[in-house]
Amino acid sequence: MDGIHDLGGKHGFGAVSPELNEPVFHEGWEARVFALVLQLGGNLDRSRHAIERIDPISYLADTYYGRWLGGLETRLVEDGVLSQSEITERARRLGADVNDRVAARPRDAGDQSPEKKSSTGGFSTAQRTLKTPPRFQLGDQVRTKSTSTEGHTRMPAYVRGCIGEVIGVHGGWVYPDSHAHGKGEGPECLYTVRFTTEMLWGEAGEKNIELSIDLFEAYLEQVNDDD
Amino acid sequence: MMTDSKVIVRAEALESLLIEKGLVDPDRIDETITFYNERVGPMNGAQVVARAWQDPEFKARLLDDGTAAIEEFGFSGGQVDKLVIVENTPDTHNVVVCTLCSCYPWAVLGLPPRWYKDPAYRSRVVREPRAVLKEFGTVIPEDTTVQVWDSSAEIRYMVLPLMPASWADQSVDVLASKVSRDSMIGVEVLAD
Repeated sequence: MDGIHDLGGKHGFGAVSPELNEPVFHEGWEARVFALVLQLGGNLDRSRHAIERIDPISYLADTYYGRWLGGLETRLVEDGVLSQSEITERARRLGADVNDRVAARPRDAGDQSPEKKSSTGGFSTAQRTLKTPPRFQLGDQVRTKSTSTEGHTRMPAYVRGCIGEVIGVHGGWVYPDSHAHGKGEGPECLYTVRFTTEMLWGEAGEKNIELSIDLFEAYLEQVNDDD
Repeated sequence: MMTDSKVIVRAEALESLLIEKGLVDPDRIDETITFYNERVGPMNGAQVVARAWQDPEFKARLLDDGTAAIEEFGFSGGQVDKLVIVENTPDTHNVVVCTLCSCYPWAVLGLPPRWYKDPAYRSRVVREPRAVLKEFGTVIPEDTTVQVWDSSAEIRYMVLPLMPASWADQSVDVLASKVSRDSMIGVEVLAD
């Protein structure tokens, strides 16, 4: 989806500000949200999509673990594990204001088929064996799709419609665009594709830069000789 | 920067409901936090780098299959289903990002620093990596290619930095103590 999370190439965020001697967690709640998400585990692709769908103001304002919190609440409500009203009621009892902005934006219950619960939590490997050989080989020129989707995808907008070279062929992996929506794992071959900075950003940018990114076969088209 | 209190309250609300309903085990929450505070971090990746500098056969295994090679140290799980090590050379400097979320090789580097997860780094390093590296005090010569790796799927990347020549005679433990987290993300070049 063309959400706030798809940050590659966006202007206006200013300088990077590294912190000296940074702790693993800055505040107790961050550590607890992190551990909650790990323990509940589940479908990682759906988990990422739940974060992409949180309120964009919250996405930027609530920092990383705030995003995890918004994504977790979305999933729990969509799965019918907790209702948003009982969370809001509990938050009010703990001192929240009724007008507070809430990051989570769950879809109506019933739009999603609840996830099967994993007894051990955590997120399992996404590597799969493919029955068909890879469509592309090392050295092939490929063009990325130029269309966007409202659903989950792992192809960032900044590489859309660009031609690059296949530099890695990694076999089958769960296809996030399908798996995030409960439509099965639909494994796809994964490739690393390398682009020049001129292809991505034009001639005016920094020189002698290359960008390599991992893309699923469904994102890629063959480049014809007359392209 | 302190967090807005409404986020903290929302987190407390969610956690208390999940515990009351028996959906999470509070002891396991504490164990997870201890594990990531104490056992996982860039000191793991630093051991891998130091060994690769001293042991050419290990380095070859590491570059061939990073996931298998770090299992020799007992590092596994945590976001490294497939770990790819990208080696810096005099011709190429590598730097890693995840523009779509904040994917990071937890088993070798721990949890990512804030700047790695913030919009400034994620938006800019794919477009103007030399300018971003300069903000870390890192200047890459113009004739060295800057290779940016955007971790958009489940492959995780770690940089094998160049060892300063003057470190050649040092023990593997001393070397490991000098390898910084930032050099393994690729925003720093190690120097004497």
